Amino acid sequence: MSDITLDSKVPDYPVEEAWDRHKFDMKLVNPSNKRKYTIIVVGSGLAGSSAAATLAQLGYQVKVFTYHDSPRRAHSIAAQGGINAAKNYHGDGDSIWRLFYDTVKGGDFRSREANSYRLAQLSVNIIDQATAQGVPFAREYGGLLANRSFGGAQVSRTFYARGQTGQQLLLGAYQALAEQVGKGNVELYNRCEYVDQVVIDGRAAGIVVRDLLTGAVTSHGAHAVVLATGGYGNAYFLSTNAMACNVSAAWRAHRRGALFANPCYTQIHPTCIPSSDEFQSKLTLMSESLRNDGRIWVPVKQGDDRHPADIPESERDYYLERKYPSFGNLVPRDVASRNAKIAVDEGKGVGPLHNGVYLDFADAIDRLGADVISQRYGNLFQMYERITAEDPYQVPMRVFPAIHYTMGGLWVDYHLETTIPGLYAIGEANFSDQGANRLGASALMQALADGYFILPYTIGDSLAPRLGEPVPDTSHEAFTSAEAEVHDRYAGYLSVKGTRSVDWFHRELGKILWEYAGMERNRAGLEKALSEIPTLYEEFKGDMRVLGDDRSLNQSLERAGRVDDFFQLGQLLCQDALNRDESCGAHYRSEHETEDGEALRDDEHFSFVSAWEFAGDGQPEILHKEPLEFENIHLAQRSYK
Amino acid sequence: MTMTEPNAPAATSPHPTLDLHLRVWRQAGPAATGDFEDIEAPGISTEMSFLEMLDVVNERLVNAGEVPIAFDSDCREGICGSCSLMINGRAHGPEHGTATCQLHMRSFHDGDTISVEPWRAAAFPVVKDLVVDRSAFDRIIEAGGYISVSVGSAPDANDTPIPKTVSDTAFDAAACIGCGACVAACPNGAAQLFTAAKVAHLNLLPQGEPQRYERVEAMVDTMDGLFGSCSNHRECEASCPKEISVDFIALMNKDYLRAKFKNRRYLSRKP
Repeated sequence: MSDITLDSKVPDYPVEEAWDRHKFDMKLVNPSNKRKYTIIVVGSGLAGSSAAATLAQLGYQVKVFTYHDSPRRAHSIAAQGGINAAKNYHGDGDSIWRLFYDTVKGGDFRSREANSYRLAQLSVNIIDQATAQGVPFAREYGGLLANRSFGGAQVSRTFYARGQTGQQLLLGAYQALAEQVGKGNVELYNRCEYVDQVVIDGRAAGIVVRDLLTGAVTSHGAHAVVLATGGYGNAYFLSTNAMACNVSAAWRAHRRGALFANPCYTQIHPTCIPSSDEFQSKLTLMSESLRNDGRIWVPVKQGDDRHPADIPESERDYYLERKYPSFGNLVPRDVASRNAKIAVDEGKGVGPLHNGVYLDFADAIDRLGADVISQRYGNLFQMYERITAEDPYQVPMRVFPAIHYTMGGLWVDYHLETTIPGLYAIGEANFSDQGANRLGASALMQALADGYFILPYTIGDSLAPRLGEPVPDTSHEAFTSAEAEVHDRYAGYLSVKGTRSVDWFHRELGKILWEYAGMERNRAGLEKALSEIPTLYEEFKGDMRVLGDDRSLNQSLERAGRVDDFFQLGQLLCQDALNRDESCGAHYRSEHETEDGEALRDDEHFSFVSAWEFAGDGQPEILHKEPLEFENIHLAQRSYK
Repeated sequence: MTMTEPNAPAATSPHPTLDLHLRVWRQAGPAATGDFEDIEAPGISTEMSFLEMLDVVNERLVNAGEVPIAFDSDCREGICGSCSLMINGRAHGPEHGTATCQLHMRSFHDGDTISVEPWRAAAFPVVKDLVVDRSAFDRIIEAGGYISVSVGSAPDANDTPIPKTVSDTAFDAAACIGCGACVAACPNGAAQLFTAAKVAHLNLLPQGEPQRYERVEAMVDTMDGLFGSCSNHRECEASCPKEISVDFIALMNKDYLRAKFKNRRYLSRKP
């Protein structure tokens, strides 16, 4: 199947005109014909809810599937800090071009220029749409919208809703979706998990789902399928992702022919609460916005166990301010994370397990008063105190990096269509806009740009010529054989009757990935991971213990399917990291660093997107390359000094 | 039963530990009869969250060949609203303004007996063990909990200034996470606080004005068809992990009455 050619479909116009002119070039579906098309949307986070609501508004027949009990639970809800938009409401020199520039530079020149530009361009529409829906963004006393700055940028372009921006944006999108459900334009299937992709004659024909309450496996045909199923950070077991976040939809589509791009681009968020114990189930993020007012430091001396208040200024190392005077504590996430790791590796970590660095608000409280700090971060401080039983108004927070977001995902073209025609991927599930590192407050922006403003246009272009085609019949052999495979797979998990829980295997897989493919990677470590993961995977398949049955709610069985896919993805992630013999953004190979310890790219050999093709179980995946060209922004070594 | 399997992780904890007795509601399915099961939970670290404690108990159950306890949770940061649980008879347990996932074991004492039950409300039928079906909430939002905006037609976000106090109050209402504690805590199984939070969020904002009266009428009527009636016990406010005020219920009732008694065609023109 190596005859795949990756056509990015980037329009041949100057980047700042490309989207507008391309919209005119695309074919339209007549308003009265839209109801003749059925579109399936999988996932109900920001991308999925916004896409489904918009497609239904336009008149398409839409079916939405989510494994949650309600679309409102999707993990977009946990995003705290904010959403970028090049509104320049505060006259500090922002523009679409500057957001475009920051995105490409922040992504360390591994994103597609045209996609990043379109993202910056649409950012302004998102704020308008969300405000009209009643999203209560923070406001100034004059009644206009407030902004704050965020890591990796030197302008204030981040709109926020206290520390609950993701929640409020998701509720806006969920409410738009609920309106369409109430009006009968969307059929909603909750507690229903996508378990396979069906492809007939090379086109996406529909999906196979498993009802989590009854175990029933059913098929649904459609003219197009949209995966809005999020990222794969939970492969690491400990991450800031929600418990149920998984790669299964993307991975199952990958196994059916969709190429998977840049799996090694996994982002570590610099400010999470350090883990306190071995059995910790997840890590909690503390918004990046805290770095606006918090100062990061560690003691100068190794193993300094004094109370932070007893450590005088002269014995503190504000290492970000020292190393990066112009960006200071606001360097991008990859830089902040790596430096925290360096400090902890040097033995300067703080807290009972010496696994954190301080994020200190004492100066900001002196300067602004506790009231202002409380207005800005009150709920975050409260969340921190609940978890650690320490009051950040009195004692500096302790933070450490954790897996947070994945820039890699299903390969998509400019239309957000995967290499399976008729199958689309949007939001974190695709790979396209963020490059090798995502700037803070850009994930919500991308999910909503894809869902509200891009997909609803581009999907029409491929649907228009197919007017009159019936919805694929689910009695087709491709559906029935996929259903049978699903039955066998889940029955198989139950029949192993081994000795260890699925979670045990997941935790062990996570340890390998974090150790060898986490914040820093190198050839020897990745090769080690690539030998250890298959061994553990075989153990998993032969020794997992899943109790209960497949005819009622069985959360262990659900997890078995997800962890199975994490094992397969984990291997590809390491293979991709090994193959990319350079450092770029969040992908940091210790063999490739500048004298200052920054990521050293190799543009001559690695200025491409790695898109991997599944070649069968036990077969090595096949690498395809989409070359990246930078016509508008000069390739440069990133510097945040 | 007591379980201390070799790969039970609690032994590695550097923190003080508690030996607990759990009484957990077990129910095989929606139609099955449920009952409490006594489960011993020794060696629980004070640093664990309540749900991490249940994770450990589940891992031990699996190791002992017993079916683990089903419970809902997802973000574990107190924002998605998935987690629930009546803990010792209180929705989300003993701490004020705290969701179960943010409740830590340091709130309990060595030797405590802890009862763990699902939400109890007619509108939230039990699915299995501690898991309930809360989709009745979605029906209320579908009835009118939105502002209709076609994508692409929104005016510039700064065209409508909103006084900060109004915006902040709308936000206080919008903070609802839809967990259902208010319904579970209410002796009548009423959903007034949930519904009022959404009505107030949208009706306070100028953007929500055009659909203000249709919204409140549709949402309240749907709510009345699914849930019990409010009799001002205020248990909802006391149990709300986001500390949403019952004042919003008064605001909802006021708008509902206006919607019923006045001529809507004129009313929708004049706030």
